[in-house]
Amino acid sequence: MNTDKSIWVKDLTKKFGDFTAVDAISFEVGKGEIFGFLGANGAGKTTAMKMLIGISKPTSGAAMVAGYDVFHQADLVKQNIGYMSQKFALYDDLTIKENARFFGGIYGLTNTEIKSKTQQLITDLGIQEVVNQNVGSLPLGWKQKLAFSVALLHEPKIVFLDEPTGGVDPITRRQFWEMIYKQAHNGTTIFVTTHYMDEAEYCDRVSIMVDGRIDALDTPAQLKKQFDAESMNEVFLKLARK
Amino acid sequence: MSIKIENISKSYNKGKVQALQNISFEVQPGELFGLIGPDGAGKTTLFRILTTLLIADSGKASVMNKDVVADYKYIRNQVGYMPGKFSLYQDLTVEENLNFFATIFGTTLEENYDLIKDIYVQIEPFKTRRAGKLSGGMKQKLALSCALIHKPEVLFLDEPTTGVDPVSRKEFWEMLKRLQQKGITILVSTPYMDEAALCDRIALIKDGKILKTNTPEQIAQDFPHALFAIRADQMYQLLSDLKAYPKTYSVYPFGEYVHFSSDDATLTGIEIIKYLTSKGHQNVVIQPIKPDIEDIFMELS
Repeated sequence: MNTDKSIWVKDLTKKFGDFTAVDAISFEVGKGEIFGFLGANGAGKTTAMKMLIGISKPTSGAAMVAGYDVFHQADLVKQNIGYMSQKFALYDDLTIKENARFFGGIYGLTNTEIKSKTQQLITDLGIQEVVNQNVGSLPLGWKQKLAFSVALLHEPKIVFLDEPTGGVDPITRRQFWEMIYKQAHNGTTIFVTTHYMDEAEYCDRVSIMVDGRIDALDTPAQLKKQFDAESMNEVFLKLARK
Repeated sequence: MSIKIENISKSYNKGKVQALQNISFEVQPGELFGLIGPDGAGKTTLFRILTTLLIADSGKASVMNKDVVADYKYIRNQVGYMPGKFSLYQDLTVEENLNFFATIFGTTLEENYDLIKDIYVQIEPFKTRRAGKLSGGMKQKLALSCALIHKPEVLFLDEPTTGVDPVSRKEFWEMLKRLQQKGITILVSTPYMDEAALCDRIALIKDGKILKTNTPEQIAQDFPHALFAIRADQMYQLLSDLKAYPKTYSVYPFGEYVHFSSDDATLTGIEIIKYLTSKGHQNVVIQPIKPDIEDIFMELS
């Protein structure tokens, strides 16, 4: 078993009755890599991701995430990863500080750690003047950047981002990717799903799921070559519509 | 005029949140009009005012020449509205939902079957399934079918493609074009800037204000800077070096390229390559390009 990989997946499968949602997928993600996890709606992305973050038990196959087995060490997986989704990120009716304290507590940080990390986060994002506002009153772009920072509070080795930039304005969307780059540069592994195909280009490698299987996996440049396409959008359309 | 909006303003929380500020634009009969902007721009508030579900603080709006406040009953009967949030009955089946909406509007599924046939055939195999159990794509098709069941003259679609993958988005827009050809006026909102090009005219909206209204082509022509797409081996370094370049007006990553604009209209690609080569960049590719809607949106923001 390869342990220097952040994520190691072998024949991972999930069945719901007769329906195979994830069909024996295999891949590896290296440390500090930005890995784009793409696919059409219903292709099985969410189901696969749920297994990787330890909240859904696979039917068969094997997967190691952050050095832990998703079958038998799901709790350790959860403790050692960060997770952020567009649908649920932070509590709207808590302030920035309260959210940070809550999530820091969940991840077992000490009060002193929470204090210093929250202060760091506030300085990095330049949000000093709104720290005591409810998160719900902040613009969406701020919220998403804040949610990303909170997901990193316990310094996980891997962070899973589920459509982190959906609906975000174009400038903030780019600022968000700069944060991702910086974090990956510092050695955090990034596992990200998106429907923006220009964002697929920012990933080191990209996998594309079709009907529960991974039908393509490579760097964006190689995928474009392989599918004789001008852009990742074209690659996606060719694969998902065949 | 199919839709006319004059100086509409709306605030929430006793004026603390200004959702719309003096919005005005018009939509012609038969037009496919796009309201393009990120979350929180005020798109849904405007849709709710136009569909008579919310009253503006000030300003006037009319749909099919009827006032949204005085003639709300007429408008409710004549327009189709697909809200951004899935709002059908989750515990009714596909067929039951359609029949329910048909009955409400005093019609039947058969009467206007022509209009929804294209869309409905794709969900017909699941007609006995509860709406709550459908996939996202199927929910969207059912919601559109329900919004069309009474053959509306004007169709309001609030972010129909949000969270939808690129393939399904493309199919959805093909469906909209076919509906337009049947004479339906469509006002559609989207946070996806690339969808702007598929509309006859668009309004760009941000923080409750309209930034610009025109055809996508005309808006692109109004871009005031020379624009280049640039690529090199080290993209992250390329971005920082261009940010530090004195002739730079703006530089943003755009997929495998960065888009670079300059105030200096005489600036040539060769000059930029010289600068980048002096910074140690290799395999620099540069080409002048036309702006897309995202370039313009960022310029106006």
